[in-house]
Amino acid sequence: MSTPTPFLPPQTAPSAETIRVKVDGRDIDVPKMMPDWQGKLQPTTMLQACQLAGVEVPHYCYHSKLPVAGNCRMCLVEFGTPMMGPDRKPVLNEDGTPKIARSVLPYEPGTPRGAIACATPISPGMELYPSSAATRQMREAVLESLLINHPLDCPICDQAGECKLQEYSVQHGQATTRFVETKVHKPKVVDLGPRIVLDDERCVLCTRCIRFTRDLVGDDKLGIVNRGSYNTIAAFPGTRFENNYTLNTVDLCPVGALTSKDFRFQMRVWFLKETPSICATCATGCNVTVGSREEVIHRLTPRENDAVNGHWMCDHGRLNYRWVGRSDRLAEVQVRLSSGDLQRSSWTVALDRVAQHLRKATAGSVAIIASARLTTEELFLLRQIGVRVGAIMDSVPRRGEGDAYLVHADKNPNMNGARATGVVGAEPGSQLPRIIEGIRTGAIRTVLAFGEDLVKAGCPAESLGRLEMLVAGDILPNATTARAHVVLPGCAHLEKRGTFINAKGRVQRFRKAVEAPGDARPEWEYLLDLHRALGGPSGPDNIEGLFHWMAREVPVLAGLEWSRLGDTGVTVTI
Amino acid sequence: MSLAVPPALEAEIDTLISHYPQRRSASLMILHALQDHFGWLSQEAIEWTAAKLGLQPINVLELVTFYPMFRQAPAGKFQFKVCRTLSCALGGGHALHGHLCQKLGLDPHKHGIQTTPDGKFSVEFVECLASCGRAPVLMVNEAFHEAVTPDQAEALLSQCR
Repeated sequence: MSTPTPFLPPQTAPSAETIRVKVDGRDIDVPKMMPDWQGKLQPTTMLQACQLAGVEVPHYCYHSKLPVAGNCRMCLVEFGTPMMGPDRKPVLNEDGTPKIARSVLPYEPGTPRGAIACATPISPGMELYPSSAATRQMREAVLESLLINHPLDCPICDQAGECKLQEYSVQHGQATTRFVETKVHKPKVVDLGPRIVLDDERCVLCTRCIRFTRDLVGDDKLGIVNRGSYNTIAAFPGTRFENNYTLNTVDLCPVGALTSKDFRFQMRVWFLKETPSICATCATGCNVTVGSREEVIHRLTPRENDAVNGHWMCDHGRLNYRWVGRSDRLAEVQVRLSSGDLQRSSWTVALDRVAQHLRKATAGSVAIIASARLTTEELFLLRQIGVRVGAIMDSVPRRGEGDAYLVHADKNPNMNGARATGVVGAEPGSQLPRIIEGIRTGAIRTVLAFGEDLVKAGCPAESLGRLEMLVAGDILPNATTARAHVVLPGCAHLEKRGTFINAKGRVQRFRKAVEAPGDARPEWEYLLDLHRALGGPSGPDNIEGLFHWMAREVPVLAGLEWSRLGDTGVTVTI
Repeated sequence: MSLAVPPALEAEIDTLISHYPQRRSASLMILHALQDHFGWLSQEAIEWTAAKLGLQPINVLELVTFYPMFRQAPAGKFQFKVCRTLSCALGGGHALHGHLCQKLGLDPHKHGIQTTPDGKFSVEFVECLASCGRAPVLMVNEAFHEAVTPDQAEALLSQCR
């Protein structure tokens, strides 16, 4: 993984110059050139022209972000071109329209000859017949050939329900098979790498996986071995397919050949509720689709957004969701009694206690640690509260390893949200030593920690015992929640709505995928209550209203509207 | 990677590579040179070739498994290659192959190359050996034999002992 690769190609606009072609008898002007997988302008293909005309051309090996291979033959389309006379002038019909020569086999003028739409450029006046009887026949033949050695084990196949073989079989397949010979058996349950299992019998040899890892990731680990109907996807014996992007090949695989060890046999895909969200593992903010059923998350898959993550995401981020369903989640509002024990309480009592304390607190004696894993709206509310009570505020930086593809060195999903709302200054974490020192000396007597463990952030545990009031809003138990006077159970971002601002300043909205456990509430909800209790304006009580209030107050977000963010976000300048 | 390639062979391979504008293009020639020397292509030989050409081993394995003339296991000391392309198939190639297999205790219906347990003889079908007018033909190692009857094949076997 050393050579730079076109993992996220530049977004190139198609050429302004157009070509007029006919798709299923309808005239359409399409750009003469369109961006290829590397974002370079190339002559527009028949497949792209059909897509622009709104006609689907079935395909397995073609993918807009991979080099064209042209091996599956599923996109064969019958076509015709204007006839030219010996004088190089178009031959015309009696009515003056150009005469079209349908493509036929060289020595069999009665037999239509298709072209693979993914790799054949269009030309002026070309006619494409993606719905003709001949095209349909070609698709049937290709599909029949692909299914010859396929095990047809759909009932136990993970891909069932999102399988291109199944979908195209419904549209173009035959109800019965003519194949009476013995099927070729190929390797099954091949352990390709730590996260991938391969079933070679289901493979249609489209080579999407090979091209992805070779041409985009630069980790040339996969190939096709053997010959003819024994062709098999394989890694070299003794090598492992284990780069940080391997699970993208499971998404790319149009059939059930490549499966994720994490998701394999866990859930039928048609039971999954799909929710658009954002990966919170680093500051890149890859767009994801959350697959959940009955409040349990079963998988994350990348959601296309060319401005952020293309079609891809890293394996680490994709598998970083199990903590959401951990059994030790904070699920009760708790208040410490004078005896020193924590007791289950209610939101009203707990927030009242916090508000009463904050109203009495003197300016400079309060510190707020607001995690950059909170949403921008929550950081904004904490900033409002902080200003109201005169608190010192900061966030906890998380630096780690980045890579040249998608993984960012900043492991907080929303440090730019903290910057935009003024929770942190130019140097996140610069106030932390002052806060920790203040807790030690007793200058700071009240601490509100949201989503961060102060002990992990460097504050000695015994110092926390000196505080008059320690409020911990968090998701999982830690050394701070164990010492808090008030514990407020919060939500993972997958359990609430809000926005993150990624490292490039993309404001991205996410939706709620699953319910939070027990008493847990989205932080923004109870922070709005707390802000009101401290004398703030009654304000909005929904996320849209909160966002618009924030957009009015925060210069960086000026003019933004919740609905305009869409599911792919808007870029702002931080 | 523990393939001991003699300096003379490596020099020959370096010359082969120099014949092509791209190193990768020499893959097949290198594999032939290695198989001529070692008799077969081990995993180490494939890794050595890949390293020599700056490729991944899987790129070379693809070639080795595609072309039937490359072997991934040692063959016998005497290799009988029986032609089964059209003229020889019509002229008795299958009978010839079957006879050899029967004499050597091998299965005539099995696919691919077969070697006797003592490692002395291998028998396999090959495609056209370019002497269609004198079918059936076979090769014993590098020696070419035309219009071979089962009796003659038996004689060839006995000469190999």
